[in-house]
Amino acid sequence: MKPAPFAFRRPATLEEALAALAEEPGAKVLAGGQSLVPLLSMRLAAPSMLVDINALPGLGHVRCSSDGGAAGVRIGALARHAHVLASTEAAEVQPLLAMALSHVAHPTIRNRGTTVGSIVHADAAAEMPMVLRLLEGSVDVASVRGRRTVPAGELFAGPLESTLAHDEIAVEAFFPALPEGAGVAFQEIARRHGDYALVGVAALVETDGGEVVRARVGFVSVSDVPVVVDVTDSLDDPAGKALAELDPAADIHATAAYRAHLVKVLTPRVLADAVHHARERNT
Amino acid sequence: MTTKLFGTKVPRVEDQRFLRGQGRYVDDLLTDDPRLLHAAVLRSPHAHARITDIDVADVLDVEGVLAVWTYDDLVDAMAQPLPLLIPHPTLTHGRTQYALAKDEVNYMGEAIAFVVAVDRYVAEDAVARIRVSYDQLPPVVGIAAARAADRLVHDDVPGNVGARMEQENGDARAAIADAPHTLRLELDVERSACTPMEGRGTVARWDPDTSRLTVWSSTQTSTGVRGCVAAKLGLDLAKVDVITPDVGGGFGVKINHPWPEELLVPLAAMTLGRPVKFTEDRREHFISSAHERAQVHHVEVGFDDDGRVLGLNVEFWHDHGAYTPYGLIVPIITSTQLLGPYKPANYRVVFESLYTNTVIVTPYRGAGRPQGCFVMERTMDAIAAYLGKDRTEVRSTNFIQPDEFPYEHGLVFQDGRPLTYDSGDYPASLEKLKTLVGWDEFEDFRAEMAAQGRRVGIGLACYVEGTGVGPYEGAHVHIETSGKVKVATGLTTQGQGHQTAFAQIVADTLGVRFEDVEITTGDTRKMPYAVGTFASRAAVMSGSAIHLASLRAREKALRIAAEALEAAEDDLEIVDGVVSVRGTDASIDLGTVAVLSNPLRYAFDEASKAATQFSVGDPGKPPVAEDDEPGLEGKDFYSPERSTFANGMHAVIVETDPDTAEITILKYAVVHDCGHLINPMIVEGQIQGGVAQGVGGALYERMEYDEAGQLLNASFMDFLMPYVTEVPTTIDIDHLETPSPLNPLGIKGAGEAGVIPSAAVFAAAIEDAERPYKPTLAITAMPISPSELFDLRLAHADVPAEAIAEETR
Repeated sequence: MKPAPFAFRRPATLEEALAALAEEPGAKVLAGGQSLVPLLSMRLAAPSMLVDINALPGLGHVRCSSDGGAAGVRIGALARHAHVLASTEAAEVQPLLAMALSHVAHPTIRNRGTTVGSIVHADAAAEMPMVLRLLEGSVDVASVRGRRTVPAGELFAGPLESTLAHDEIAVEAFFPALPEGAGVAFQEIARRHGDYALVGVAALVETDGGEVVRARVGFVSVSDVPVVVDVTDSLDDPAGKALAELDPAADIHATAAYRAHLVKVLTPRVLADAVHHARERNT
Repeated sequence: MTTKLFGTKVPRVEDQRFLRGQGRYVDDLLTDDPRLLHAAVLRSPHAHARITDIDVADVLDVEGVLAVWTYDDLVDAMAQPLPLLIPHPTLTHGRTQYALAKDEVNYMGEAIAFVVAVDRYVAEDAVARIRVSYDQLPPVVGIAAARAADRLVHDDVPGNVGARMEQENGDARAAIADAPHTLRLELDVERSACTPMEGRGTVARWDPDTSRLTVWSSTQTSTGVRGCVAAKLGLDLAKVDVITPDVGGGFGVKINHPWPEELLVPLAAMTLGRPVKFTEDRREHFISSAHERAQVHHVEVGFDDDGRVLGLNVEFWHDHGAYTPYGLIVPIITSTQLLGPYKPANYRVVFESLYTNTVIVTPYRGAGRPQGCFVMERTMDAIAAYLGKDRTEVRSTNFIQPDEFPYEHGLVFQDGRPLTYDSGDYPASLEKLKTLVGWDEFEDFRAEMAAQGRRVGIGLACYVEGTGVGPYEGAHVHIETSGKVKVATGLTTQGQGHQTAFAQIVADTLGVRFEDVEITTGDTRKMPYAVGTFASRAAVMSGSAIHLASLRAREKALRIAAEALEAAEDDLEIVDGVVSVRGTDASIDLGTVAVLSNPLRYAFDEASKAATQFSVGDPGKPPVAEDDEPGLEGKDFYSPERSTFANGMHAVIVETDPDTAEITILKYAVVHDCGHLINPMIVEGQIQGGVAQGVGGALYERMEYDEAGQLLNASFMDFLMPYVTEVPTTIDIDHLETPSPLNPLGIKGAGEAGVIPSAAVFAAAIEDAERPYKPTLAITAMPISPSELFDLRLAHADVPAEAIAEETR
């Protein structure tokens, strides 16, 4: 359980970090290390170089804005889950962040793990990639070639695979604010508290005069990539609609049938919670 | 004695050190020594294969690598198989592995090569460069495959059967045939493992000037390791010291010895002339240390209208993994301790201990009892369900009664002695448990919950645990001239609180201050004769030995003090380290008595000066009398004729979610009888830890082997040891203290108790929660996950909703 040899860089500026990545095709970015370091220790990953971005300035922010089209929460690449979770302002601007983050592993892991790192790790069993996708957020990405913004819908390519190029660093994630009249909810079932969910479900509903005008549901651990399903037109059987787009699989913790069952149990519950949340916010 | 400590909740003296990170474990040793080398092991990636070639040519090129060993490098005793520690006449086909695999590997994780380098990183790099050619063989995984014997683990072991053992008291099959009612059950318990926080670890240092080997090992038996190391390396026993520092948990896995690394590390240290360390990592622990639990049972039981068991016939199959270094201890315990507090009129048990291409099986806390308890208690529940009787009533009917002790079962226990229970009061324990858990009020609670759409169930399980197995432990008590008391006992400690509990015994027996007592364990330099810490035996064995040794020291102190104070021994008392003549102010400190006990009279300290006012000894005789020896010491050994049997009963109330099949613990109650309690806080800590481990075994943990013999969940991400969030925040505990007549303190072991009934009690409670809705649903395999409960619900028909409404009304 000791990593294979690798070169180590701890650049002081983003430019240096991007240059190091560009020069070394076998390099990996180290942020919180909560996924990468176990992979290194088990020698399941053996990058030629680690580019440790923890010394980069100006990436630790959790910045909230409630103005107009840019309203939302901007989370820097070095903001830890715990930092985001502790932000009452972020929880007000986009309540789903805190709802989901409290299910991300345990305090010790949340103290080191970064939200942006979790997103670009692109694990369909992780909460935050799905949350970004459900909220239709985006990730700002930098490389020696410049910067670009990747919408969440274009971020996830496959199991543990994002669409980022090797030499790109995700520097910030943007989670749009919860609009007026909208509500969110999150529930998951895990074998132990803090484990990856057997199934996790989040919902975002928009209401108008108490009526649901848009309803979308995101799922954890029942697909290869984070999946979000629009169930606005199937509120009588939202789980049925969702299951057509999901691919629950068996593993050592649960059968596929049980996961599908949990989708059926949780989806209506979470939708109801989100509607309740929307109504509560309106009153 | 003014302040009796025995029986009081003395805070553990260990905890400050442990909680502040000041424990000193094997991996903490010699870290400042620049000469220290580190070992890593190449382990088989296959469950079953012939090794056709091992090429280490690339390894020695790695900078920082000092040496690599494969089987071909081993000579003499090291080239022989590892010892079969506990042979048994019925273990007709016992097999053990080599320190490094010879020609064949029989489980994924078996050691093949041993690399020593300047650090563990380099050692692992080197391991990755060893090229092994394998001819893969079909693996045998699981009890069904082992029984089918289409494939063999060892070519020379027909049917994969290592042992077949049968015991019978009466004629069970005839009694069942004649019984008014009979039932058959098929029961299954999965593999699990101890998984202590600290894995295995060994450090060795060879001193060429004195030809002396010092070995530190994270073991449950330092004397055992010492014997093995000396024998395997061809050293005189007197040239080998084995020291066990702090140990981060054992739970059984560290009683097996010697592990390959426990021999290879000293071998490397001697060969290279530098200290060598091996620290097992977590993955290695999963794939190369021991597992336990996996058994399949077939039960036939005959009983009368009251539920009295007239005949019980149990056949079971025990998966012992690839080798049998620890003999048949686990299945023998299952086969005998299965009986619990009951007395079936006729009992027959037969087991086969089977080879599979998986990690070896050696005792894990409970050591075969959880399986036995599961089988017996499921049987009791089945009888109660069949007869429509309360589950406690059927159990009461079958209890051994208080006036029947000592109770002979007519069987032979794991220690080779008759299975004879020494004491207990099972009806009283059951009454306490019913009160503690609210057994008689439960139906009201069930109805109340049902009205809210919630499902709850209650279960109970009883067990008896043979503890304090022999053959012996010893203790040496030395009162220094400062009055401080240094005590050594040879068994090891792995966090149980021995320093505290043993010091309580010494303080009481000797009449000294608790703070003045220091206990040393697991150091062969201090106490070369010892057995080890397993089978809930430390308190009974070493506690009794320490008591006896303290009595000897006390006896000598009183004799010398009587002479010094010119008083009769009967008139003396010892309080807080001062011997005084009752009713007078004549007194002498124990430290001064210690000075007087040694005719060497260099007055180099205050104690020596204080002693000059006293005169002891007969000037006409030698300074040390013929039957005496210098020093104020006591040494004694405790060796009981047989084990002492503790018992307990657990009950749990669980809730099963009607929709998600999640299982939640609402209340957990324990009544425990381990005789006199030395320290109730430590005993309750043991119970709580045991229950936590039991929750893991019942609801979370299992070893997931695939058909190829690959262990799929060899990490704490996928092997679901419960977190604190999965364990009940409170456990209601009540004690009964039925003393053992077998030892001077009347104590019984408590270490394993908490874990024994878990599978049984959770199976019963979950089944009870489901039965009103699924009347045919039976829990016959443990552990159980929500996914599995969901499957069980699908497999069994519902009760019509009207019927439930009728029932709860």
